[in-house]
Amino acid sequence: MSRGRAAVGPRGEAAIGRVMAQVAMVMNLDKCIGCHTCSVTCKQTWTNRPGSEYMWFNNVETKPGTGYPRRYEDQERWKGGWTLNRRGKLKLKAGGRLRKLATLFYNPELPSLDDFYEPWTYDYQSLTTAPLSDSFPSARPKSQLTGRDMRPVHGPNWDDDLAGADSYAAADPNLEGMSERVRLEFEKAFMFYLPRICEHCLNPSCVASCPSGAMYKRVEDGIVLVDQDRCRGWRFCVSGCPYKKVYFNHRTGKAEKCTFCYPRIEAGQPTICSETCVGRLRHLGVMLYDADAVLRAASVTDEKDLYEAQLSVFLDPHDPRVRAAAERDGIAHDWIQAARRSPAYAMIKKHRVALPLHPEYRTMPMVWYIPPLSPVTEALHVTGHHHDDPDRIFAAIDSLRIPVEYLANLFTAGDTTVVEGVLRKLTVMRTHMRRAQLGDPADPELLDSVGASAEDIEDLYRLLAIAKYDDRYVIPRVHAEGSGALMAQHCSLDHPGGLTDSGPHQPDQLSAAPPPPSGLSTPGGGSHFRDGDGKVRFNLLGWNGTGTAPGLFGDGSGR
Amino acid sequence: MSSWDLWWWVILPYLALTVFVVGHVWRWRYDQFGWTSRSTQLQEGRLLKWGGPLFHYGTFAAIAGHVLGILVPESFTRRLGIPEQTYRWFSSIGGTVAALAVILGVGLLALRRTAVPRVRATTSGVDWIALTLLAIVIVLGIIPTMGVNLLGSGYDYRQSVALWFRGLFAGDPDVAAIAHAPLIYQVHATAAWAILAVWPFTRLVHAWNIPLWYLWRPYIVYRGRVATHPTEPGTSGRRWRRIGARY
Repeated sequence: MSRGRAAVGPRGEAAIGRVMAQVAMVMNLDKCIGCHTCSVTCKQTWTNRPGSEYMWFNNVETKPGTGYPRRYEDQERWKGGWTLNRRGKLKLKAGGRLRKLATLFYNPELPSLDDFYEPWTYDYQSLTTAPLSDSFPSARPKSQLTGRDMRPVHGPNWDDDLAGADSYAAADPNLEGMSERVRLEFEKAFMFYLPRICEHCLNPSCVASCPSGAMYKRVEDGIVLVDQDRCRGWRFCVSGCPYKKVYFNHRTGKAEKCTFCYPRIEAGQPTICSETCVGRLRHLGVMLYDADAVLRAASVTDEKDLYEAQLSVFLDPHDPRVRAAAERDGIAHDWIQAARRSPAYAMIKKHRVALPLHPEYRTMPMVWYIPPLSPVTEALHVTGHHHDDPDRIFAAIDSLRIPVEYLANLFTAGDTTVVEGVLRKLTVMRTHMRRAQLGDPADPELLDSVGASAEDIEDLYRLLAIAKYDDRYVIPRVHAEGSGALMAQHCSLDHPGGLTDSGPHQPDQLSAAPPPPSGLSTPGGGSHFRDGDGKVRFNLLGWNGTGTAPGLFGDGSGR
Repeated sequence: MSSWDLWWWVILPYLALTVFVVGHVWRWRYDQFGWTSRSTQLQEGRLLKWGGPLFHYGTFAAIAGHVLGILVPESFTRRLGIPEQTYRWFSSIGGTVAALAVILGVGLLALRRTAVPRVRATTSGVDWIALTLLAIVIVLGIIPTMGVNLLGSGYDYRQSVALWFRGLFAGDPDVAAIAHAPLIYQVHATAAWAILAVWPFTRLVHAWNIPLWYLWRPYIVYRGRVATHPTEPGTSGRRWRRIGARY
């Protein structure tokens, strides 16, 4: 990406590389009730077609649990994402380009459909067509792969709400490296939900794995997409993605993935999972980042530094230098303005309460999570602690069954101090707001303990607790001013000057639209409309019967 | 030259080649979406693990062998100073290795294609045609390679089949050369033309997509949003669905 710019700017500050914009998502896990509404609406919108039955662009996992596909986080098995080679250079964990081409005919890292599940439906028809009998008719499960009878053995969220926890939750790769004491007590203590979509990474390993070059990151909004016309079905994106959010359509033979609802984003609307989220836990906003700094940030030696490294890539849209650089790189003014109002920026960089999912995969994910606090405080209630005092809570963390290590394995490559800092800030926010509610004065010591001002904390409270639709979703529309030309080209045949226009002797249908006759209630509208062929027609349904009805039978020219 | 010979050894090859070329142009322009290997690794992996690589690498070797044996003239290898005996041993041993890989691979693939319900369910009618033709060509190719040239008395196809084949591309096919070749070579060649004729309409098109560009391109691909033409009226944008997919 480097354009060979000087590393140091005119005033001695580090120069800003190529500025790019990305629509990022932040999910507040404290609010997720695990209702799966996001998954269902996503499925209805995108993956309700044959061949995509098993695809869940959005899914909600119970943690601890094995996730979907099962144990997808075990990168020693699936080799997703990036790793560093011996010289400290970033490389795909599944091996180099030559190895990819050599294993084109059998990809050893591809999960089988059974690692997801065999999709099935039920033979509902038999319920109504079964002959009269003493026993109830039953709808038998039928495989959607073969149409044959089958016995469902597991599904996309078979371990929902810790069902079968002794086999599923115990197999959670995030529990590895944690002491047995934490594991067992923790299983008794709590669970939480983790909604997942494609991370739309800054350094997407699926894109890097695609031999056909069919996958790409969109320049305008950072959405990672699969070009269905260019995909040749080599399947390396599926194994290359450490989050296993690229799926292979078993009927079309093409890869498909979460599209971040790009048609909605282009129109300034939130993704369907955000729109329908019952807990309103999703936030969408623009992040500006330095694309030239991504590779260096993804290559830092210590995995625990990846969180800070990714933060360093994000640019502050309030900084005039950043805004100038963004304009230099062709980012539209309204996008820069949206970046300043971005809830994602506020939670990720300003307040630092959102964390990336598995930064150790080195893909620089762009769907971030605010770690859940409720289970922590719940656990403390049980043991007689009171969560008014954050220090008592945090003093108790080590001796109690609160798995900060588990959260750290998910969000910070195992660095517990970062997670503790976030949880502390969230607790302080609650305590501060409770004091305000009760009319107590703000406690400066409390605020100092997390290094935040009262304004900061109240701003965070507004974001997390009462943000309205327009505050949660700050999405600038796409700039598509140029695309109208194509549409005109396509439809122009019947228009004046088009191929069917036989010359000046024919009346110009567009400019000579019949004037609305007197007697119609809405002049120029209502019963007149412009039809698909560009001609003005008369709509009988809107006619009040008093005036004439011109255009009802077309203009009759040529007859 | 009888009209029978003319049909089998001149008209049919040119017809097949025309369909092959025109069909590919048509498919490339109208059916990018259907242009895929339609892998079934997701459904079945244990047999594919061996069958897929064996078949494909064996086929590469077989194609290289055909180039060497059919497209490279005998006079060329002779000028290089390679004696006929050396060539024959090289080609029959090399050909046998390739043939074993292909037959083993295709056996495994045919097994999973027919016996594994999940894989069978993804097979469309045109797939069955292509796969059957492929099986015929492979079996009829292996019999002369192993039965005639390795174990049998040998047959110098470079003096007959090759002359005719190269002649086709020179616009002057030597019909007599192929017309007097053993029947097995004739059927093998005819089945091969049939495959070429159906090739553009089957999943075999994925053969042209070996992604060598991947070795040089940057890892992360960035693309801008491009405005595309709306779909043609009346097609609902589904023109690609007609081919290959029975769904």
